[in-house]
Amino acid sequence: MNEVLKKYPSATREDLLDILHDIQESDPHHFLSDEVLTDVASHLGMDLADIKGTASFYSMFSFSPRGKHVIRICDSPPCQLLGATTVLQKLIEVLGVAVGETTSDGLFTLETSSCLGMCGVAPAMMIDNETYGNLTPSRIVEIIERIRREDETS
Amino acid sequence: MKEILIRIDGKEVSAPAGSTILEVAKQQGIPIPTLCHLDGLSDIGACRMCIVDVGGKIVTSCTTKIAEGMEVITNSDRLAELRRLNLELIFAERNHVCSMCVSNNHCELQDLACDLGMQHVEVPYAYPRLSLDASHPKFIIDQNRCILCGRCVRVCAEVEGAHVWGIAGRGSEARVITELGIDWGDAEMCTDCGKCVQVCPTGAIVEKGKAAAEMEKHPELVTTLKERREND
Repeated sequence: MNEVLKKYPSATREDLLDILHDIQESDPHHFLSDEVLTDVASHLGMDLADIKGTASFYSMFSFSPRGKHVIRICDSPPCQLLGATTVLQKLIEVLGVAVGETTSDGLFTLETSSCLGMCGVAPAMMIDNETYGNLTPSRIVEIIERIRREDETS
Repeated sequence: MKEILIRIDGKEVSAPAGSTILEVAKQQGIPIPTLCHLDGLSDIGACRMCIVDVGGKIVTSCTTKIAEGMEVITNSDRLAELRRLNLELIFAERNHVCSMCVSNNHCELQDLACDLGMQHVEVPYAYPRLSLDASHPKFIIDQNRCILCGRCVRVCAEVEGAHVWGIAGRGSEARVITELGIDWGDAEMCTDCGKCVQVCPTGAIVEKGKAAAEMEKHPELVTTLKERREND
């Protein structure tokens, strides 16, 4: 049984989203495998199709392995107007992957996101649970290089 | 059971509290077009074909319960227009090419188009290229013909109790799935009963070995089965 499920001994279907977030967060590849979903289904007494149906409704859940860090760059209009496309191009260049792909070292997955609620500091992105605003192509280089360095030393 | 008085197409009728507008209309012999509704299954208001006018507000009659003094209009120019547009959107979203379909002449979607006088589709077709799963030994699920009515999901859970079917994804990405989205032939909980085939209103879930226009279905079998169980 998945370790996370032990934290939810008397869970019901209302706890499903919390459990899935918790599992995805704790997974080194930040995704929900079929094995995990099957465990959750039997723990909650839910159907497999019901679990998959609910989870797949939300874009924040992934069903394929992702990198150690997940980058979500906002693609909604306020960010677009203030240069999100240029910033995204820089990310694609620096990381060497397309949107939806993971770098070959397994460090980053690049995704786009609908509004992050940070229009005041557009263009914006999130890396894991950290937010970044007022992005420019040069800041992208800085941020990615810093995370790469931190990762080497850790 | 408490009786409630409503006015439907100008006629005053009384019906038990808890009845839906659709149920009352049926009892009164007033036809309302339906697609995802099937007697014997729960109602989810997925297809929006059964819309009626309640005091100027458009609601789905299958999921709206009657209330004292309710004024219901089941047919008007506005309703006809909305129903036809809705039907056109359903047609445009997938590849409903009747002449090539095993369910041609035995299709509830096609029947509705005839009944509502849908001559052509004004919105552009999406023409998606979707999958066809023939891994089950007896049946096929062709996503290109699916209208996401959810009858297969409900009949499998509510009547057969096998809970194989679900709907995954959202919006235009939504698809019916078996278990976690695996091939139907690998779905361990499937009992091969074929109820999903019988209730599917289009040529999406069909028996293998049928040529164009050869697939006849009997959704009323499920209605009868459900009635018998309730009377036992």
